[in-house]
Parts: sequence; structure tokens; C-alpha cells
Amino acid sequence: MIQFSNVCKRYPGGIDVLKNISFTIGEAEMVFLSGHSGAGKSTLLKLIAAIERPSSGSILVNDQNISLIKDGALPFLRRNFGLIFQDHKLLYDRSIFENVMLPLKICGFDHRESAKRVRAALDKVGLLNREKANPIALSGGEQQRLCIARAIVNRPSILLADEPTGNLDTEYSGEIMKIFRSFHQVGVTLVISTHDEGMLGQFNGRVLALKNGELHP
Amino acid sequence: MKNWLILHVHVFLSALRKFFSTPLSSLFNILVIGIALSLPAGMYVMLKNIQNLAEQKIASPQISLFLSMDTSKDDITRIDRQLKQHAAVGQARFVPREQALEQLKQTTGLEDVIGGLEHNPLPDAYIVHPKISDASALKTLKHELQRWPKIEHVQLDLDWVQKLEAILKFGLMAVLILSMLLGFALVAVTFNTIRLQILTQREEIEVSRLIGATSAFIRRPFLYFGLLQGLLGGAAAWFIISISLYMLNSNLSQLTDLYSANFTLHLPSTEDQLALLLLSACLGWMGAWLSVSQHLWKIEPR
Repeated sequence: MIQFSNVCKRYPGGIDVLKNISFTIGEAEMVFLSGHSGAGKSTLLKLIAAIERPSSGSILVNDQNISLIKDGALPFLRRNFGLIFQDHKLLYDRSIFENVMLPLKICGFDHRESAKRVRAALDKVGLLNREKANPIALSGGEQQRLCIARAIVNRPSILLADEPTGNLDTEYSGEIMKIFRSFHQVGVTLVISTHDEGMLGQFNGRVLALKNGELHP
Repeated sequence: MKNWLILHVHVFLSALRKFFSTPLSSLFNILVIGIALSLPAGMYVMLKNIQNLAEQKIASPQISLFLSMDTSKDDITRIDRQLKQHAAVGQARFVPREQALEQLKQTTGLEDVIGGLEHNPLPDAYIVHPKISDASALKTLKHELQRWPKIEHVQLDLDWVQKLEAILKFGLMAVLILSMLLGFALVAVTFNTIRLQILTQREEIEVSRLIGATSAFIRRPFLYFGLLQGLLGGAAAWFIISISLYMLNSNLSQLTDLYSANFTLHLPSTEDQLALLLLSACLGWMGAWLSVSQHLWKIEPR
């Protein structure tokens, strides 16, 4: 499903963020990316979603080499992913419902069908009764759940989550991890980055440990 | 196909909504565009009216022959015969000097001034309507008549038809230059509006990119907005011109009454009106397109 071969990423100024990374993530696998901040977790996720391009090496997603992909094909690649951001990236000029609607609008879904899907996604994260509210009225944990709803409304095969529990207390993180586990059970591939070592112990997913831009087995 | 159509209708409606969500600034934008467009368009309307007037009133060229003051009755009979025999002359009307003076008194209202003259300063004259209308042939005729004895001066009205045509041509050129300049202004206004919109919608654009929006999807609402703004600006220009013409016409009637003429300014043809709307919509779209292609690529997700 996701395959990295000898991937390096160097930012301008000669800083190597990722060095010679190779790994494979199979279908319906749940994988944790661990490491301190600055270890290259976010960069690795961005490489998978083709938000950044590798300096060398190749990245295959669904057998497609995304380091060679043309700009015009990028949007269609991204529709395979559900992206969950540490800073949520919610839009505060519209309701919760419309936030979740955005990916379906982008893909050109029929309006009535979309509304059903949006409600299903909101129901899954427990925000259905708040659909008319503005996201600014939500707590940090709720905003993160809204971000998850937006990521899954499109029914992507791969979920990428960058520090989804980064700013949350343990109770909220537990809730969010429970949501992730339910996706894992229905066959979604999950890649979750975290610096929280305690959380890794609670799950029996595979762990890719990054240290100074290198993978430590 | 149906989905595609629904999508475009939706984008258009949301552009409309966005437009009316900031009514005051939208109104000012429309007014700026409307005023900018109404200048060249209004000038064009004026020129068209003058052209119409010229074609109506002075369509058939006529030649005035002024005889010298010492012309005798015999000379006049000779000239009369010569004119009637001439192949190029259709009709020739003799205007004796007394009658000319009388006409001058009536039409200009200078009765007192003319009455004070010791003798009639006007010569006998002929008004000649030629059968030909070709400009160069008319000129040849004029030169021929000029050489006849006892003919003091020949005036071909074609001269001033041609002068008028040259002036109109000059005016049209001025309108063209003005339209181009103000067309640029329209593009610039739209460019700036869209630039501000892109800046305020930076987050939305960034998120949309991240979740798989194509460039066309992101560009579309801005293009529609530019199109809409241009179109409404064109309509505003139209409105400004109509009101101005209405106001001018009510004053013009007082003026034309004084000259005992009947002349009103007309709105241009439906084609011209549609062309104005189409052009302004296109320019708005172009400004939006330029702005989007200039600024959108700067908003890359990171």
C-alpha cells in the first residue's frame, strides 16, 4: 500500500530531515510513527500525501510512484487520503456541517447523498447534534474530532494523522484513539505520528521509530 | 453533464452570495467600473447620434453657386441654360439676392442689424442638386462650375460632410483609445478585488488543496466573481448613460426649439448594449484570471 525505498529529504540549507528511509506499510495496517519533535515525523507524513517531494528515493502509494506524479494529478491522489492535522486546519467562517461537506464538494458529490454522508461522519465522532454550530465553539478535543470527521467523510483508504493527540489530555486522547481503532477494524490503513511513548504501549500496532531522520528498528 | 451544470450553477450562486455579503464595497466596485466604462461608451453614443444626424440632414450633397455682384439678367439666363443642359446637374434653384436677404432676416432674427444695412450685401445664388454623389466626381463638377464666367464662388457642401466624417473618425479613435485605457482600469480593479479575496480565503484555499481540490475547482469561484462584477459594472455603465441621456434630452429640447430643429439623443442599438455587457463581463473575467494565476500558486500547503 505504502512503500518507501531509500527516501531522503533535504531542505534548502543542507539540513537532512530524512535519511535513507525504507519501509512498507500493508493494506489495513495500523502503524505508529514515533520520535521526538524534529525527528522528521511530519515530513514523512507530508511525503506520503505528496505535500512535499522527496530529494531522492521513491515512494509508492497504491503502486503509483508519487515522487514522479504530475502536479495536475496531485488532487486525485490526495483524495485517497484522509488527512488529520495537529492544528486541525478547520474553517471558522462556516458551520461544522459545512466543514465536513468540503471534501465531498471538492469531489463533486451529489448534494443529497453528501448530506447523508456528512451526518454519518459527524455521528461517528459524536458531533451530530452540533452540526449547525461554528467550529470555534468547540473544545480542543472536539475540534480534533471534527477534523477526523472531515478526513473520513470521503471514505479514504488511508488515514494520515499528524500528532492527533498532541495538545489533548489523556481522556480526550483515549476517545480519539478509540475512534481510530474502529477505523482500523473496518480495514482502513492508518499512519499515526506521536511523540507520546505511553500511548504506544496501549496499542499493538507496528511502530516505526524515527531518530534524527533515521529509522531505528 | 447534469452534475457539471449543477456545479456551475452552485458556484455562480455562491459568487452572487459573496457579492451581496459585502454590499457596500461591492457597490463601490460596480460604480468604479460603471463610471470607467460609461465614459467611452457615452462618448460612443454621442458620436453615433452625431453621425445619424449628419446622415439625415446632410445626406444629399448640394452645391451653392454665388454669382458676382455685377451679374446682369443676360448672364443669369445664360447660367440658367447652362445648368439645365449640364448632364451632372439634377435640379438648380435660383435664389435672388432679395429673397436671400429676406430668408436671412427670418431664420437668424437679425432683422435690426440687416435693416440697418445701406445695401444688400448678398449676391444672387443658385442651389444645385447634382445627380451624382461620388465625392471625386462632385469635386470635378465644382471645379468646372468655378471656371464659368460671373461665378464668384462655388461651395460644395460635401466639404463639410467630409470634415464631419473626419471629425467623427477622429472621435471614434479617441473613444477607442479611451476604451482601451479604461478597459485596463476595469481589469486592474477586478485584479485587486480578487487579490484581496484570495488573501482573505487563504486558509480555505490551503485546506482545499490538501484534501484534493483541483486548480480549476479553486479558480472557478474567483473567475465567476470577476465575471459577475464585470457584468454588473457594465450594467451600471449602461444605467449611467441612460440617465445622462434622459437628463440631456430634456435640456436639449429647449436648445433645439431655439433653432427650430427637432433632434433627440437616442440610446444605441440592442447589439451595442449587449456588446458593452459582454465586453465588461469578459474584462472582469480576464482580471480575475490574471489575479488568480498570479496569486494562487503562492498559496501552497505546507
